[in-house]
Amino acid sequence: MLSPAGLKQRSDFIQSLRLFFRQRDYIEVDTPIRLPVLIPESEILPCASGNWWLQTSPELCMKRLLAGGATRIFQICHCFRRQEQGRLHAPEFTMLEWYHVGWDYLDLMRECEQLVVELALACSSLAGITDGGNILRDNREVQLTPPWQRLSVDEAFASYTDTTASAALAEDRFDEILVTEIEPHLGWDRPLFLCDYPAQLGSLARPKPDAPHLAERFELYCCGIELANGFSELVDADQQRLRFSEEIAVMRKHGRAAAMPETFLRDLARLNDTAGIALGVDRLFMLFSGAFCLDDVLTFSTDELF
Amino acid sequence: MYSASDLRKGLKVQIDGEPYIITEFEFSKPGKGQALYRTKMRNMITGNQFTQTYRSNDKFEKPDLEERTMQYLYSQGDEFHFMDTSSYEQIFITREQLGDNINFLVDNMEVQVLFFGDKPIDISLPIFVNLTVTRADPWVKGDTSGTDTKPVTVETGYQLQVPPFVEEGDKIQIDTRTGDYITRVKE
Repeated sequence: MLSPAGLKQRSDFIQSLRLFFRQRDYIEVDTPIRLPVLIPESEILPCASGNWWLQTSPELCMKRLLAGGATRIFQICHCFRRQEQGRLHAPEFTMLEWYHVGWDYLDLMRECEQLVVELALACSSLAGITDGGNILRDNREVQLTPPWQRLSVDEAFASYTDTTASAALAEDRFDEILVTEIEPHLGWDRPLFLCDYPAQLGSLARPKPDAPHLAERFELYCCGIELANGFSELVDADQQRLRFSEEIAVMRKHGRAAAMPETFLRDLARLNDTAGIALGVDRLFMLFSGAFCLDDVLTFSTDELF
Repeated sequence: MYSASDLRKGLKVQIDGEPYIITEFEFSKPGKGQALYRTKMRNMITGNQFTQTYRSNDKFEKPDLEERTMQYLYSQGDEFHFMDTSSYEQIFITREQLGDNINFLVDNMEVQVLFFGDKPIDISLPIFVNLTVTRADPWVKGDTSGTDTKPVTVETGYQLQVPPFVEEGDKIQIDTRTGDYITRVKE
Protein backbone atom coordinates (compact mmCIF):
# COMPACT_ATOMS: atom_id res chain seq x y z
CA MET A 1 0.00 0.00 0.00
CA LEU A 2 1.46 3.36 -0.96
CA SER A 3 2.25 5.91 1.73
CA PRO A 4 0.63 9.36 1.49
CA ALA A 5 3.91 10.60 -0.03
CA GLY A 6 3.88 7.75 -2.57
CA LEU A 7 0.25 8.44 -3.43
CA LYS A 8 1.12 12.08 -4.09
CA GLN A 9 4.04 11.12 -6.35
CA ARG A 10 1.90 8.69 -8.32
CA SER A 11 -0.88 11.23 -8.66
CA ASP A 12 1.53 13.96 -9.83
CA PHE A 13 3.04 11.54 -12.35
CA ILE A 14 -0.36 10.68 -13.83
CA GLN A 15 -1.40 14.34 -13.92
CA SER A 16 1.78 15.09 -15.91
CA LEU A 17 0.83 12.37 -18.40
CA ARG A 18 -2.62 13.95 -18.79
CA LEU A 19 -1.17 17.40 -19.24
CA PHE A 20 1.14 16.21 -22.03
CA PHE A 21 -1.75 14.86 -24.10
CA ARG A 22 -4.17 17.68 -23.34
CA GLN A 23 -1.57 20.19 -24.51
CA ARG A 24 -1.40 18.29 -27.81
CA ASP A 25 -5.15 18.40 -28.40
CA TYR A 26 -5.82 14.78 -27.50
CA ILE A 27 -9.23 14.07 -25.98
CA GLU A 28 -9.24 11.90 -22.86
CA VAL A 29 -11.80 9.11 -23.17
CA ASP A 30 -13.13 6.48 -20.79
CA THR A 31 -14.46 3.38 -22.49
CA PRO A 32 -16.21 0.45 -20.73
CA ILE A 33 -13.84 -1.98 -19.05
CA ARG A 34 -16.37 -4.84 -19.00
CA LEU A 35 -17.06 -6.20 -22.48
CA PRO A 36 -19.05 -9.03 -24.12
CA VAL A 37 -16.28 -9.75 -26.62
CA LEU A 38 -12.52 -9.09 -26.65
CA ILE A 39 -9.86 -8.95 -29.31
CA PRO A 40 -8.78 -12.58 -29.80
CA GLU A 41 -5.20 -12.87 -28.54
CA SER A 42 -3.93 -16.37 -27.90
CA GLU A 43 -1.11 -15.32 -25.54
CA ILE A 44 -3.26 -13.15 -23.25
CA LEU A 45 -5.64 -14.68 -20.71
CA PRO A 46 -8.64 -12.50 -19.81
CA CYS A 47 -10.57 -12.49 -16.53
CA ALA A 48 -14.25 -13.40 -16.74
CA SER A 49 -16.81 -11.05 -15.25
CA GLY A 50 -20.16 -12.83 -15.20
CA ASN A 51 -20.47 -14.10 -18.74
CA TRP A 52 -18.62 -11.04 -20.05
CA TRP A 53 -14.93 -10.15 -19.77
CA LEU A 54 -12.73 -7.53 -18.14
CA GLN A 55 -10.69 -5.74 -20.79
CA THR A 56 -7.11 -6.85 -21.42
CA SER A 57 -6.57 -3.51 -23.19
CA PRO A 58 -8.86 -0.65 -24.27
CA GLU A 59 -7.91 -1.10 -27.93
CA LEU A 60 -11.21 -2.38 -29.25
CA CYS A 61 -13.43 0.43 -27.97
CA MET A 62 -10.86 3.16 -28.69
CA LYS A 63 -10.53 2.16 -32.34
CA ARG A 64 -14.30 2.20 -32.67
CA LEU A 65 -14.24 5.81 -31.42
CA LEU A 66 -11.68 6.63 -34.13
CA ALA A 67 -13.90 4.97 -36.75
CA GLY A 68 -16.66 7.22 -35.43
CA GLY A 69 -14.62 10.30 -36.29
CA ALA A 70 -12.36 11.02 -33.29
CA THR A 71 -8.82 11.85 -34.44
CA ARG A 72 -6.65 12.06 -31.31
CA ILE A 73 -7.65 10.20 -28.17
CA PHE A 74 -5.94 8.90 -25.05
CA GLN A 75 -7.01 6.86 -22.07
CA ILE A 76 -5.49 5.92 -18.70
CA CYS A 77 -7.28 2.83 -17.46
CA HIS A 78 -6.96 -0.44 -15.60
CA CYS A 79 -6.48 -3.64 -17.61
CA PHE A 80 -6.71 -7.23 -16.43
CA ARG A 81 -4.66 -10.23 -17.49
CA ARG A 82 -4.99 -13.51 -15.69
CA GLN A 83 -1.90 -15.28 -14.28
CA GLU A 84 0.47 -12.39 -14.95
CA GLN A 85 2.28 -11.83 -11.67
CA GLY A 86 5.96 -11.08 -11.27
CA ARG A 87 8.56 -8.40 -10.73
CA LEU A 88 7.30 -6.54 -13.83
CA HIS A 89 3.75 -7.90 -14.02
CA ALA A 90 0.53 -7.49 -12.09
CA PRO A 91 -2.81 -9.10 -13.02
CA GLU A 92 -4.45 -5.68 -12.70
CA PHE A 93 -2.36 -2.80 -14.01
CA THR A 94 -2.64 0.71 -15.39
CA MET A 95 -2.34 1.28 -19.12
CA LEU A 96 -1.91 4.50 -21.05
CA GLU A 97 -3.14 4.08 -24.60
CA TRP A 98 -3.24 6.73 -27.29
CA TYR A 99 -4.14 6.96 -30.98
CA HIS A 100 -3.40 9.56 -33.64
CA VAL A 101 -5.25 9.37 -36.96
CA GLY A 102 -3.05 10.15 -39.99
CA TRP A 103 0.18 9.02 -38.28
CA ASP A 104 2.35 5.95 -38.64
CA TYR A 105 4.61 4.17 -36.17
CA LEU A 106 7.59 6.46 -36.92
CA ASP A 107 5.55 9.52 -35.86
CA LEU A 108 4.59 7.72 -32.65
CA MET A 109 8.22 6.93 -31.79
CA ARG A 110 9.01 10.66 -31.95
CA GLU A 111 6.07 11.45 -29.69
CA CYS A 112 7.22 8.75 -27.24
CA GLU A 113 10.58 10.50 -27.01
CA GLN A 114 8.90 13.83 -26.27
CA LEU A 115 6.56 12.29 -23.71
CA VAL A 116 9.29 10.63 -21.64
CA VAL A 117 11.58 13.68 -21.81
CA GLU A 118 8.84 16.08 -20.68
CA LEU A 119 7.61 13.71 -18.02
CA ALA A 120 11.10 13.26 -16.58
CA LEU A 121 11.54 17.04 -16.33
CA ALA A 122 8.16 17.36 -14.63
CA CYS A 123 9.01 14.55 -12.18
CA SER A 124 12.68 15.37 -11.52
CA SER A 125 12.18 15.11 -7.75
CA LEU A 126 11.61 11.34 -8.03
CA ALA A 127 14.44 9.04 -6.91
CA GLY A 128 15.01 7.48 -10.35
CA ILE A 129 15.44 10.84 -12.15
CA THR A 130 18.63 12.92 -12.11
CA ASP A 131 18.65 16.71 -11.71
CA GLY A 132 19.27 16.94 -15.44
CA GLY A 133 16.12 14.94 -16.20
CA ASN A 134 17.75 11.62 -17.10
CA ILE A 135 16.91 8.17 -15.75
CA LEU A 136 19.15 6.68 -13.07
CA ARG A 137 19.11 2.91 -12.59
CA ASP A 138 21.68 0.45 -11.19
CA ASN A 139 24.13 3.37 -10.90
CA ARG A 140 23.86 4.02 -14.64
CA GLU A 141 22.53 7.24 -16.14
CA VAL A 142 20.28 6.72 -19.14
CA GLN A 143 20.38 9.83 -21.37
CA LEU A 144 16.91 10.82 -22.54
CA THR A 145 17.94 13.37 -25.18
CA PRO A 146 16.43 12.30 -28.54
CA PRO A 147 16.85 10.73 -30.97
CA TRP A 148 16.80 7.26 -29.44
CA GLN A 149 18.11 4.24 -31.31
CA ARG A 150 15.79 2.35 -33.66
CA LEU A 151 16.94 -1.27 -33.72
CA SER A 152 15.17 -3.76 -35.96
CA VAL A 153 14.29 -7.20 -34.59
CA ASP A 154 16.55 -8.77 -37.23
CA GLU A 155 19.48 -6.54 -36.16
CA ALA A 156 18.85 -7.35 -32.50
CA PHE A 157 19.02 -11.10 -33.16
CA ALA A 158 22.22 -10.59 -35.16
CA SER A 159 23.83 -8.49 -32.40
CA TYR A 160 22.89 -10.47 -29.31
CA THR A 161 22.19 -14.08 -30.35
CA ASP A 162 23.68 -16.80 -32.49
CA THR A 163 20.41 -17.37 -34.34
CA THR A 164 18.01 -15.36 -36.49
CA ALA A 165 14.50 -14.11 -35.79
CA SER A 166 13.00 -16.39 -38.43
CA ALA A 167 14.86 -19.47 -37.16
CA ALA A 168 13.78 -18.66 -33.59
CA LEU A 169 10.16 -18.31 -34.77
CA ALA A 170 10.32 -21.64 -36.61
CA GLU A 171 11.55 -23.35 -33.42
CA ASP A 172 8.92 -21.56 -31.30
CA ARG A 173 11.73 -19.95 -29.28
CA PHE A 174 11.32 -16.31 -30.35
CA ASP A 175 9.93 -14.98 -27.07
CA GLU A 176 12.31 -17.06 -24.94
CA ILE A 177 15.38 -15.77 -26.79
CA LEU A 178 14.03 -12.22 -26.84
CA VAL A 179 13.47 -12.23 -23.08
CA THR A 180 16.64 -14.01 -22.00
CA GLU A 181 19.26 -12.92 -24.54
CA ILE A 182 18.13 -9.62 -26.06
CA GLU A 183 15.93 -7.62 -23.69
CA PRO A 184 18.48 -7.32 -20.85
CA HIS A 185 20.80 -5.30 -23.16
CA LEU A 186 18.23 -2.85 -24.50
CA GLY A 187 17.95 0.81 -23.57
CA TRP A 188 20.87 1.51 -21.23
CA ASP A 189 22.64 4.37 -23.06
CA ARG A 190 19.37 5.86 -24.17
CA PRO A 191 15.92 4.28 -24.37
CA LEU A 192 15.56 2.19 -27.53
CA PHE A 193 12.86 1.24 -30.02
CA LEU A 194 12.91 -2.39 -31.09
CA CYS A 195 11.00 -2.34 -34.38
CA ASP A 196 9.90 -4.18 -37.49
CA TYR A 197 8.64 -7.42 -35.96
CA PRO A 198 7.88 -10.50 -38.04
CA ALA A 199 4.38 -9.96 -39.48
CA GLN A 200 2.86 -12.90 -37.57
CA LEU A 201 3.80 -11.17 -34.28
CA GLY A 202 1.79 -8.07 -35.12
CA SER A 203 -1.77 -9.31 -35.44
CA LEU A 204 -3.17 -5.76 -35.34
CA ALA A 205 -0.30 -4.02 -37.13
CA ARG A 206 0.05 -2.97 -40.75
CA PRO A 207 2.64 -4.81 -42.88
CA LYS A 208 5.56 -2.69 -44.11
CA PRO A 209 4.73 -1.69 -47.71
CA ASP A 210 8.27 -2.47 -48.96
CA ALA A 211 8.70 -5.61 -46.81
CA PRO A 212 5.31 -7.23 -46.13
CA HIS A 213 6.87 -10.04 -44.08
CA LEU A 214 7.50 -7.40 -41.39
CA ALA A 215 4.96 -5.47 -39.33
CA GLU A 216 5.17 -1.73 -38.61
CA ARG A 217 5.34 -2.49 -34.92
CA PHE A 218 7.74 -1.29 -32.21
CA GLU A 219 8.41 -1.81 -28.54
CA LEU A 220 9.99 0.86 -26.35
CA TYR A 221 12.70 -0.42 -23.99
CA CYS A 222 14.50 1.34 -21.17
CA CYS A 223 16.99 -0.37 -18.83
CA GLY A 224 16.06 -3.77 -20.28
CA ILE A 225 12.40 -3.21 -19.46
CA GLU A 226 9.61 -3.24 -22.04
CA LEU A 227 7.60 -0.04 -21.58
CA ALA A 228 5.31 0.35 -24.58
CA ASN A 229 4.06 -1.39 -27.71
CA GLY A 230 2.96 0.63 -30.72
CA PHE A 231 2.14 0.19 -34.35
CA SER A 232 0.75 1.55 -37.55
CA GLU A 233 -2.73 0.08 -37.20
CA LEU A 234 -3.99 -2.51 -39.60
CA VAL A 235 -7.11 -0.84 -41.05
CA ASP A 236 -7.94 -3.50 -43.62
CA ALA A 237 -10.99 -5.20 -42.08
CA ASP A 238 -10.80 -8.30 -44.30
CA GLN A 239 -7.15 -8.83 -43.49
CA GLN A 240 -7.90 -8.29 -39.79
CA ARG A 241 -10.71 -10.87 -39.89
CA LEU A 242 -8.33 -13.39 -41.41
CA ARG A 243 -5.74 -12.85 -38.65
CA PHE A 244 -8.39 -13.02 -35.92
CA SER A 245 -9.59 -16.36 -37.38
CA GLU A 246 -6.08 -17.74 -36.99
CA GLU A 247 -5.90 -16.54 -33.36
CA ILE A 248 -9.36 -17.95 -32.62
CA ALA A 249 -8.33 -21.33 -34.04
CA VAL A 250 -5.30 -21.45 -31.72
CA MET A 251 -7.43 -20.42 -28.73
CA ARG A 252 -10.08 -23.05 -29.42
CA LYS A 253 -7.39 -25.68 -29.80
CA HIS A 254 -6.38 -24.84 -26.21
CA GLY A 255 -9.99 -25.13 -25.06
CA ARG A 256 -10.50 -21.39 -24.69
CA ALA A 257 -13.63 -19.46 -25.54
CA ALA A 258 -13.19 -17.05 -28.43
CA ALA A 259 -15.53 -15.09 -30.64
CA MET A 260 -15.09 -12.83 -33.66
CA PRO A 261 -15.48 -9.17 -32.63
CA GLU A 262 -17.96 -8.42 -35.42
CA THR A 263 -18.95 -4.88 -34.40
CA PHE A 264 -15.29 -3.93 -34.18
CA LEU A 265 -14.59 -5.30 -37.68
CA ARG A 266 -17.63 -3.49 -39.07
CA ASP A 267 -16.32 -0.19 -37.64
CA LEU A 268 -12.70 -0.91 -38.63
CA ALA A 269 -13.74 -0.72 -42.28
CA ARG A 270 -14.34 3.01 -41.74
CA LEU A 271 -10.97 3.70 -40.06
CA ASN A 272 -8.31 5.73 -41.87
CA ASP A 273 -4.57 5.27 -41.42
CA THR A 274 -3.81 5.53 -37.73
CA ALA A 275 -1.02 4.84 -35.28
CA GLY A 276 -1.65 3.65 -31.74
CA ILE A 277 0.39 2.69 -28.69
CA ALA A 278 -0.05 1.23 -25.23
CA LEU A 279 2.35 2.14 -22.42
CA GLY A 280 2.62 0.48 -19.01
CA VAL A 281 2.07 3.36 -16.59
CA ASP A 282 3.17 1.38 -13.53
CA ARG A 283 6.42 0.32 -15.21
CA LEU A 284 7.37 3.85 -16.26
CA PHE A 285 6.51 5.14 -12.79
CA MET A 286 8.60 2.30 -11.32
CA LEU A 287 11.61 3.43 -13.40
CA PHE A 288 11.06 7.07 -12.48
CA SER A 289 10.77 6.15 -8.79
CA GLY A 290 13.93 4.06 -8.82
CA ALA A 291 11.82 1.13 -7.54
CA PHE A 292 12.93 -2.49 -7.97
CA CYS A 293 9.55 -4.03 -8.74
CA LEU A 294 6.04 -3.12 -9.79
CA ASP A 295 4.60 -4.04 -6.39
CA ASP A 296 6.57 -1.15 -4.85
CA VAL A 297 4.71 1.46 -6.92
CA LEU A 298 1.18 0.03 -7.14
CA THR A 299 -1.41 1.64 -4.87
CA PHE A 300 -2.05 -1.90 -3.60
CA SER A 301 0.02 -4.93 -4.62
CA THR A 302 -1.85 -8.22 -5.14
CA ASP A 303 -0.53 -9.60 -1.83
CA GLU A 304 -1.86 -6.60 0.05
CA LEU A 305 -5.44 -7.38 -1.00
CA PHE A 306 -5.71 -10.48 1.19
CA MET B 1 -0.09 -31.92 -10.76
CA TYR B 2 1.26 -28.41 -10.81
CA SER B 3 1.04 -26.23 -13.90
CA ALA B 4 3.69 -23.67 -14.80
CA SER B 5 1.62 -20.85 -13.31
CA ASP B 6 1.92 -22.53 -9.88
CA LEU B 7 5.73 -22.30 -9.94
CA ARG B 8 7.31 -20.05 -7.31
CA LYS B 9 10.41 -19.89 -5.16
CA GLY B 10 10.44 -22.70 -2.60
CA LEU B 11 7.97 -24.96 -4.46
CA LYS B 12 8.98 -28.63 -4.67
CA VAL B 13 8.28 -30.48 -7.92
CA GLN B 14 9.13 -33.87 -9.37
CA ILE B 15 11.08 -34.07 -12.64
CA ASP B 16 12.26 -37.34 -14.19
CA GLY B 17 11.33 -39.15 -10.99
CA GLU B 18 13.42 -36.97 -8.67
CA PRO B 19 12.41 -34.21 -6.25
CA TYR B 20 13.55 -30.63 -6.99
CA ILE B 21 13.15 -27.40 -5.06
CA ILE B 22 12.88 -24.07 -6.91
CA THR B 23 15.60 -21.78 -5.56
CA GLU B 24 15.09 -18.85 -7.94
CA PHE B 25 12.04 -17.89 -9.95
CA GLU B 26 11.05 -15.12 -12.34
CA PHE B 27 7.91 -14.66 -14.42
CA SER B 28 8.61 -13.03 -17.80
CA LYS B 29 6.31 -12.22 -20.67
CA PRO B 30 6.66 -9.90 -23.63
CA GLY B 31 3.40 -7.90 -23.64
CA LYS B 32 2.10 -9.65 -26.75
CA GLY B 33 4.15 -12.82 -26.34
CA GLN B 34 4.32 -16.09 -24.46
CA ALA B 35 4.39 -16.38 -20.68
CA LEU B 36 7.79 -17.73 -19.62
CA TYR B 37 8.58 -19.17 -16.21
CA ARG B 38 12.32 -18.91 -15.58
CA THR B 39 13.54 -21.11 -12.76
CA LYS B 40 16.65 -22.31 -11.02
CA MET B 41 16.15 -25.74 -9.44
CA ARG B 42 18.10 -27.87 -6.99
CA ASN B 43 17.87 -31.65 -6.96
CA MET B 44 16.94 -32.47 -3.36
CA ILE B 45 18.86 -35.76 -3.44
CA THR B 46 22.06 -34.98 -5.36
CA GLY B 47 22.19 -31.21 -4.75
CA ASN B 48 22.79 -30.62 -8.48
CA GLN B 49 21.44 -27.30 -9.76
CA PHE B 50 20.15 -26.29 -13.16
CA THR B 51 18.25 -23.44 -14.79
CA GLN B 52 15.29 -23.96 -17.07
CA THR B 53 12.60 -21.86 -18.72
CA TYR B 54 9.10 -23.35 -18.77
CA ARG B 55 5.96 -22.47 -20.77
CA SER B 56 2.31 -22.19 -19.75
CA ASN B 57 1.47 -25.71 -20.92
CA ASP B 58 4.22 -27.43 -18.91
CA LYS B 59 3.01 -29.66 -16.08
CA PHE B 60 4.82 -31.01 -13.02
CA GLU B 61 4.13 -33.88 -10.70
CA LYS B 62 4.05 -33.25 -6.97
CA PRO B 63 6.89 -35.16 -5.31
CA ASP B 64 5.84 -37.60 -2.59
CA LEU B 65 7.59 -35.82 0.29
CA GLU B 66 6.81 -36.36 3.95
CA GLU B 67 8.44 -35.15 7.17
CA ARG B 68 8.55 -37.52 10.13
CA THR B 69 9.73 -36.87 13.69
CA MET B 70 12.58 -39.28 14.51
CA GLN B 71 15.09 -39.80 17.27
CA TYR B 72 18.81 -40.06 16.59
CA LEU B 73 20.12 -43.32 18.07
CA TYR B 74 23.79 -43.92 17.18
CA SER B 75 26.28 -43.94 14.35
CA GLN B 76 28.15 -46.88 12.90
CA GLY B 77 30.86 -45.97 10.45
CA ASP B 78 29.25 -43.59 7.97
CA GLU B 79 25.69 -44.68 8.81
CA PHE B 80 23.62 -42.60 11.20
CA HIS B 81 20.66 -44.46 12.64
CA PHE B 82 17.30 -42.89 13.50
CA MET B 83 14.05 -44.26 14.96
CA ASP B 84 10.48 -43.17 14.23
CA THR B 85 9.16 -42.16 17.65
CA SER B 86 5.63 -43.42 16.93
CA SER B 87 6.19 -46.58 14.84
CA TYR B 88 9.66 -47.48 16.25
CA GLU B 89 10.78 -48.14 12.68
CA GLN B 90 14.52 -47.62 12.25
CA ILE B 91 16.37 -46.16 9.27
CA PHE B 92 19.84 -44.83 8.57
CA ILE B 93 21.14 -41.78 6.69
CA THR B 94 24.70 -41.52 5.37
CA ARG B 95 27.29 -39.03 6.57
CA GLU B 96 27.40 -37.52 3.09
CA GLN B 97 23.65 -36.86 3.08
CA LEU B 98 23.79 -35.27 6.52
CA GLY B 99 26.59 -32.85 5.67
CA ASP B 100 27.25 -30.26 8.39
CA ASN B 101 24.25 -31.49 10.39
CA ILE B 102 26.47 -34.13 12.05
CA ASN B 103 28.20 -31.32 13.98
CA PHE B 104 25.06 -30.94 16.10
CA LEU B 105 23.68 -34.50 16.38
CA VAL B 106 23.75 -36.07 19.85
CA ASP B 107 22.20 -39.32 21.03
CA ASN B 108 18.42 -39.22 21.59
CA MET B 109 18.00 -35.87 19.81
CA GLU B 110 14.65 -35.45 18.03
CA VAL B 111 14.89 -34.25 14.42
CA GLN B 112 12.58 -33.98 11.41
CA VAL B 113 13.52 -36.45 8.69
CA LEU B 114 12.37 -35.70 5.14
CA PHE B 115 11.32 -38.74 3.11
CA PHE B 116 10.96 -38.95 -0.68
CA GLY B 117 8.69 -41.97 -1.01
CA ASP B 118 10.23 -44.38 1.50
CA LYS B 119 13.72 -42.92 1.08
CA PRO B 120 15.09 -40.53 3.73
CA ILE B 121 16.85 -37.63 1.94
CA ASP B 122 17.39 -34.87 4.49
CA ILE B 123 16.96 -33.86 8.11
CA SER B 124 16.11 -30.59 9.82
CA LEU B 125 17.58 -29.98 13.24
CA PRO B 126 16.09 -27.93 16.05
CA ILE B 127 17.28 -24.33 15.58
CA PHE B 128 18.99 -24.35 19.00
CA VAL B 129 20.85 -27.31 20.50
CA ASN B 130 22.65 -27.65 23.86
CA LEU B 131 26.04 -29.38 23.67
CA THR B 132 28.67 -30.15 26.32
CA VAL B 133 32.14 -28.65 26.02
CA THR B 134 34.63 -31.50 26.04
CA ARG B 135 37.79 -29.50 25.62
CA ALA B 136 38.61 -25.90 26.51
CA ASP B 137 42.03 -24.46 27.09
CA PRO B 138 42.24 -21.93 29.91
CA TRP B 139 42.12 -18.38 28.57
CA VAL B 140 45.37 -16.52 29.19
CA LYS B 141 44.65 -13.07 30.48
CA GLY B 142 46.54 -10.44 28.59
CA ASP B 143 46.63 -12.60 25.49
CA THR B 144 48.35 -10.41 22.93
CA SER B 145 46.19 -11.64 20.08
CA GLY B 146 43.61 -9.07 21.22
CA THR B 147 40.61 -11.35 20.72
CA ASP B 148 37.95 -11.83 23.37
CA THR B 149 37.00 -15.36 22.32
CA LYS B 150 38.71 -18.73 22.51
CA PRO B 151 38.23 -22.02 20.66
CA VAL B 152 36.50 -24.99 22.31
CA THR B 153 35.47 -28.47 21.18
CA VAL B 154 32.02 -29.88 21.96
CA GLU B 155 30.92 -33.51 22.38
CA THR B 156 30.28 -34.02 18.66
CA GLY B 157 33.83 -32.96 17.83
CA TYR B 158 32.66 -29.62 16.41
CA GLN B 159 34.92 -26.65 17.17
CA LEU B 160 33.72 -23.08 17.64
CA GLN B 161 34.67 -19.75 19.21
CA VAL B 162 33.19 -18.89 22.62
CA PRO B 163 33.69 -16.21 25.31
CA PRO B 164 36.66 -16.76 27.68
CA PHE B 165 34.52 -17.75 30.69
CA VAL B 166 33.30 -21.02 29.12
CA GLU B 167 35.01 -24.02 30.67
CA GLU B 168 35.33 -27.74 30.08
CA GLY B 169 32.14 -29.54 31.19
CA ASP B 170 29.88 -26.49 30.57
CA LYS B 171 26.78 -26.86 28.43
CA ILE B 172 26.43 -24.22 25.71
CA GLN B 173 23.61 -23.34 23.32
CA ILE B 174 24.46 -23.25 19.60
CA ASP B 175 22.42 -21.94 16.66
CA THR B 176 22.39 -24.81 14.14
CA ARG B 177 21.71 -22.45 11.21
CA THR B 178 24.95 -20.52 11.70
CA GLY B 179 26.95 -22.84 13.96
CA ASP B 180 27.55 -19.92 16.35
CA TYR B 181 27.66 -19.82 20.14
CA ILE B 182 24.55 -18.29 21.71
CA THR B 183 24.85 -18.64 25.50
CA ARG B 184 26.07 -20.79 28.38
CA VAL B 185 23.30 -23.02 29.76
CA LYS B 186 22.89 -23.31 33.54
CA GLU B 187 21.78 -26.73 34.73
